Amino acid sequence: MTTMTIAKAINEGLRATLGNNPRTLLMGEDIGPLGGVYRVTDGLIAEFGPDRVVDTPLAESGIVGTAIGLALSGYLPVCEIQFDGFVFPGFNQITTQLAKMHSRSNGNLTVPVVIRIPYGGGIGSIEHHSESPEALFAHTAGLRIITPSNPHDAYWMIQQAVDCQDPVIVFEPKRRYWLKGEVDTESPGASADPFKAHVLREGTDATIVAYGPLVPVALAAANAAAEDGRNVEVIDLRSISPIDFDTVTASVQKTGRLIVAHEAPTFGGIGGEIAARISERAFHSLEAPVIRVGGFHMPYPVAKVEEDYLPDIDRILEALDRALSY
Amino acid sequence: MGTHLPSTEFDGTAVDDQREAEAEAVLGAPAEPMVQLLGPDGVMGQDPVFSEYASRIDAGKLRGFYADMAAIRRFDVEATALQRQGQLALWVPLTGQEAAQIGSGRASQPQDYIFPTYREHGVALTRNVDLAELLRQFRGVSNGGWNPKDTNFHLYTLVLAAQTPHAVGYAMGLQRDQKLAAANAAPDQPQEPKAAVMVYFGDGASSEGDVHESMVFASSYKAPVVFFCQNNHWAISVPSTVQTRVPLADRAKGYGFPGIRVDGNDVVAVHAVTEWALERARQGGGPVLIEAFTYRVGAHTTADDPTKYRGSDEEDQWRAKDPLERLEKYLRSQDLADDAFFAKVKADGDELAAYVRRTAHDLESPDIRTAFANTYAEAHPLVAEELAWFEEYSAGFADQPTAGGAGNHQAATDGAAN
Repeated sequence: MTTMTIAKAINEGLRATLGNNPRTLLMGEDIGPLGGVYRVTDGLIAEFGPDRVVDTPLAESGIVGTAIGLALSGYLPVCEIQFDGFVFPGFNQITTQLAKMHSRSNGNLTVPVVIRIPYGGGIGSIEHHSESPEALFAHTAGLRIITPSNPHDAYWMIQQAVDCQDPVIVFEPKRRYWLKGEVDTESPGASADPFKAHVLREGTDATIVAYGPLVPVALAAANAAAEDGRNVEVIDLRSISPIDFDTVTASVQKTGRLIVAHEAPTFGGIGGEIAARISERAFHSLEAPVIRVGGFHMPYPVAKVEEDYLPDIDRILEALDRALSY
Repeated sequence: MGTHLPSTEFDGTAVDDQREAEAEAVLGAPAEPMVQLLGPDGVMGQDPVFSEYASRIDAGKLRGFYADMAAIRRFDVEATALQRQGQLALWVPLTGQEAAQIGSGRASQPQDYIFPTYREHGVALTRNVDLAELLRQFRGVSNGGWNPKDTNFHLYTLVLAAQTPHAVGYAMGLQRDQKLAAANAAPDQPQEPKAAVMVYFGDGASSEGDVHESMVFASSYKAPVVFFCQNNHWAISVPSTVQTRVPLADRAKGYGFPGIRVDGNDVVAVHAVTEWALERARQGGGPVLIEAFTYRVGAHTTADDPTKYRGSDEEDQWRAKDPLERLEKYLRSQDLADDAFFAKVKADGDELAAYVRRTAHDLESPDIRTAFANTYAEAHPLVAEELAWFEEYSAGFADQPTAGGAGNHQAATDGAAN
């Protein structure tokens, strides 16, 4: 066991996958000598050289598009998109090309491209640097989407993404890059399957599902609720596509109440999908409507008011109160 | 003929003087003159650089070019007819662009990798793609139709220019392959033949950002890729002057690699220029942009009506530069081919057409289960769940005479989900 931050864990995970497979390579803006704007690729170009750690032109469609070509020629590219709000120039390549290549080739071609996207707010940043666009990608069949909430998952998930034959988007919770935790670099243990949700805290009265940056918030809310005598279960979803509905369903069948929290706007979001599926799968177990806690239907607001936008402990507790009032 | 911007016509043959003057005023002449060896009159000219490459084309190869061009034109006619008869949902005709496609495709080597757009039926022929398989997409039974690994001819890409960065990425992979091979090779081990990538796009797609980004990447990394732009003058209804205010070949200069305009109706010049560019790329010289100056004689697709946006006089001017006619003139004038040869070509074309017609009818609709199976390469719980629902739902129709077997009844396409 080693203690490290999420950023360092991803760095070590990338180092491991570069070392294990000569066909893995990293591509992105400023990921070379600078080590990326968040230093996630720090030191990797010195170790693996510019053919394996490629500082690209400033062009997101070009990054994803050339990564597709590299994958077609047998390589395992890991692209870094500098910020969530800057992925959209590459959206066409991701949704019309990357997601569909395996299907439209009738299974003859695979494009094992990994796209890393730092996402979410809470860092006091300027426009386009705090967004949570995961639902836009989750709606596209052919992609897989995972998001770590702790260093151990971060270390293993990036390697599991590279190993996966399908394209995988890894949404990295940027405001948690400096969150420290224990990493077992010898074995993934319970994190062997990146597409499986984890029950982080067992409870009986209600379930909170969260992912990425809101996992610590959900745990804190559950701890606060415990002081009021409420026994709340917390699930780290980990995978946004596919979603591990079995784990969520089993939890709701036990607790009867479900709150889904994410930073992304609730409208058309992952929470809505979970609410719909759970109402189909566990209708008779539900004691209350599934309640979503998320961003508002507005462009991500300016930094000075982002605390009013982002779900926090109190917003989750308010939702919990509502769920328990039925 | 409607009012529109002048076409980008520079070669001075059989073009309206006023329009040429207009175009010159807007666009200027290309930095280098257009490369042409075999003129519309069937006379072979000279070029200081490319005649050497043209001299490698012997009589047999030249006859082969003609046979290929005639075959693909006959195929085009047949596919258009199949669409008119309801056998295809859509067809994208290539007539007029045979020399650009056969000349460039025949310049590629088996180890090269080709990324087409969606009109490259002639290139597909040169890569030995089964032409009947080419119809799958247009018949609605596949979004691809062939396995690109068999021929190094990638699937058609319908999102304009999206394949251009794929080509550059593939070329970047080839660069790394060579380094890995060199690092691992025993001293006396024979080298694998070096490969390059060629990517096709049109004058319309040249406006897409992906072309720009691809050229930046290709230049920065000196990737072994040839950008082959068929300027057929029309992006559906919009003339190429709306896409560019400079000759497209001249754009290469801005990226730092050579750009060459070649007479796209001259199969000899196209072959020579492409062979030069591919050899240069394979040897590490970096990218080249080739602008094949040609013309889409027919419609954009079978759903298009060119009479709404261009005059027949323009089409007639280009028909006078027909790629097949000029090669036939040359072959006959040099006694390189006789009536028997041309009769055989025609018979072979009819045979190909009959094969394609027969096979198109037999292209079976896939089972939607293949779509479930191919959405992901690895097991996926949502796909498995929806497939299980679909199987159960379909089984409910098993005893109904109209069901036609699970997967083929109407409900399968109604978008019902669990």
